[in-house]
Amino acid sequence: MSRAFIPKVITANRLLEGDAVWLTEDDQWTTDIAQAELIEDEAHATIRLLDGEAQSGVVVGVYLVDVKAGADGPIPIHFREDFRTRGPSNYAHGKQVEA
Amino acid sequence: MYQYNDFDKGFVRARTAQFRAQVERRIDGSLTEDEFKPLRLMNGLYLQLHAYMLRVAIPYGTLNSAQMGQLAMIADRWDKGYGHFTTRQNIQYNWPILRDVPDMLDALADVGMHAIQTSGNTIRNVTADHFAGAAADEIEDPRAIAELLRQWSTDHPEFQFLPRKFKIAVTGSENDRAVTRAHDIGLRMVKRDGQAGFEVIVGGGLGRTPMVGKVIRDFLPKADLLPYCEAIVSIYNRLGRRDNKYKARIKITVHENGLEKIRELVEARFAEIRPAFSGVDQAVLAGIEAQFAAPAFKSAPTDGYEAARLANPAFRSWTDTNLSAHKAEGYAIVSVSIKKHGATPGDATSGQMRVLADLARRYGHDELRISHEQNVILPHVHKSDLPTVYAALRAVDLATANIGLISDIIACPGMDYCALATARSIPIAQEIATRFDELKLEHEVGPLKIKISGCINACGHHHVGHIGILGLDRAGVENYQITLGGDGTEDATIGERAGPGFSADQIIPAIERLVLGYLDLRSSAEETFLQTYRRLGLAPFKAVLYPSEVKADAA
Repeated sequence: MSRAFIPKVITANRLLEGDAVWLTEDDQWTTDIAQAELIEDEAHATIRLLDGEAQSGVVVGVYLVDVKAGADGPIPIHFREDFRTRGPSNYAHGKQVEA
Repeated sequence: MYQYNDFDKGFVRARTAQFRAQVERRIDGSLTEDEFKPLRLMNGLYLQLHAYMLRVAIPYGTLNSAQMGQLAMIADRWDKGYGHFTTRQNIQYNWPILRDVPDMLDALADVGMHAIQTSGNTIRNVTADHFAGAAADEIEDPRAIAELLRQWSTDHPEFQFLPRKFKIAVTGSENDRAVTRAHDIGLRMVKRDGQAGFEVIVGGGLGRTPMVGKVIRDFLPKADLLPYCEAIVSIYNRLGRRDNKYKARIKITVHENGLEKIRELVEARFAEIRPAFSGVDQAVLAGIEAQFAAPAFKSAPTDGYEAARLANPAFRSWTDTNLSAHKAEGYAIVSVSIKKHGATPGDATSGQMRVLADLARRYGHDELRISHEQNVILPHVHKSDLPTVYAALRAVDLATANIGLISDIIACPGMDYCALATARSIPIAQEIATRFDELKLEHEVGPLKIKISGCINACGHHHVGHIGILGLDRAGVENYQITLGGDGTEDATIGERAGPGFSADQIIPAIERLVLGYLDLRSSAEETFLQTYRRLGLAPFKAVLYPSEVKADAA
């Protein structure tokens, strides 16, 4: 039996600002992972990754991230991806203080 | 110190103009990211976890006040009002946006600075002893040689596509403060028959496969330095492995081929190219050396300094820890700690940079240095000016008396910024410093170097820390491995791994056990942590680090 598919979101960094962003269902890039499209099917993930990569004029380094479904939207599983949703821990800089 | 000539100025301006056009072409879609990435890396621009990062070279760690002032201006205008000084004597800006970077590079060019070859598989910023030109134990100021190497390596057509990055460090003293044995090429000045020359060390490096460099030539006359370095890099360029990134550094080339074979090939190549060096390099070097002439040191009484030491215990403590012996009578080398307890190692605000620039201008013969230990040095301060300098530093939180002590920690940016990191470094450094400040023990503990890296690449030099900490990802959780007994000086030693790693919650108590354990183990208050470790070996330290295992073994 094949392993259950771990849900995914698509992430990248913005070309101009360099900040971390996630792909929404309507092909926009959001700075709030909770707004990202939760992908629960492997074939769909492959297609959405291609959709994200097609936006190479807007974002850089598109990849899939393991998440779990939370009450308010996708939540990253790995601490690295969790840090990307907030910013550094030594200063109140980045997403944790941006609106 | 060295001032750009018209060639340098034109070259740096041209590169900035090229990069400006490349950024425009990337933004308008004419360049893909695959095409643009190597171009931005050649100009020091990385894409990190939360933003771009611009790495600016501070050649051999030397700055004047105008340059430091400009670094502050750049931090305010295009970043978040601070900069991060690194273990390679660079400064990194963590928040630039792509469109602004050409303007930042132009602002750097205004003061004779750039970000060229701070990334990529090229010869990187040449680092040097941060006490160069000031140290009492120095044979000669090594920065003229470092500047010659910078000019030679910048855009060197043969060395733009090396198998991997290439780092050169140089020191003018027998005491190695530049970690030369952990570099691809380390140059340590030595004297033979009254002549200054170099012990040439090759194949050192930290990272995934740490190695102490090996002596390929015990004495190289100064005049042969450039052709000999060119011969080394040329042989490496030919033999270095391009099939495997992890085996591509020269340390592996030397290890796999053996020092004897590498030496033979380098000497043969050297004999071949030496005649082509017509002496132009020596004429250039003479010009550079003249620009590194020592400043006009003053003669003045130092009674006021001695009186201030007696009157102010805080000042006395600071002078005891943060000063080093200067070659000129009445002068001291001031190490300004950028490691206030709980602060981010290596980070300076624009306001602090301006104060440092101002102090250099008024009391420091217009010179500043950045050390690989992530502190700022005022290399030439007359002792009579020290009370004033101290008061000014204190007003901006730069008077921490902890140089060489447990809270003077090297830490890489780690996973708070770096895309390669496997764990965070900065919070661990902050917590250790804060904890030992609470315990009020660090002066009793004495000299102790803690170095923290957030991944195996070892930017935080953990292998050569007396206590090294390596942050890893163990099954999705941050985990910290401890190494002990490392040393980055002329007695360079790679630390030994102490045992299983610790979680982020356990690592601070583990370091505390280790240090308190050392206080019990040392033979006297004079025996340093490293000396105690060398005398006793790993076992007793392991016993204090892992008390439950010892109990289990005894049961």
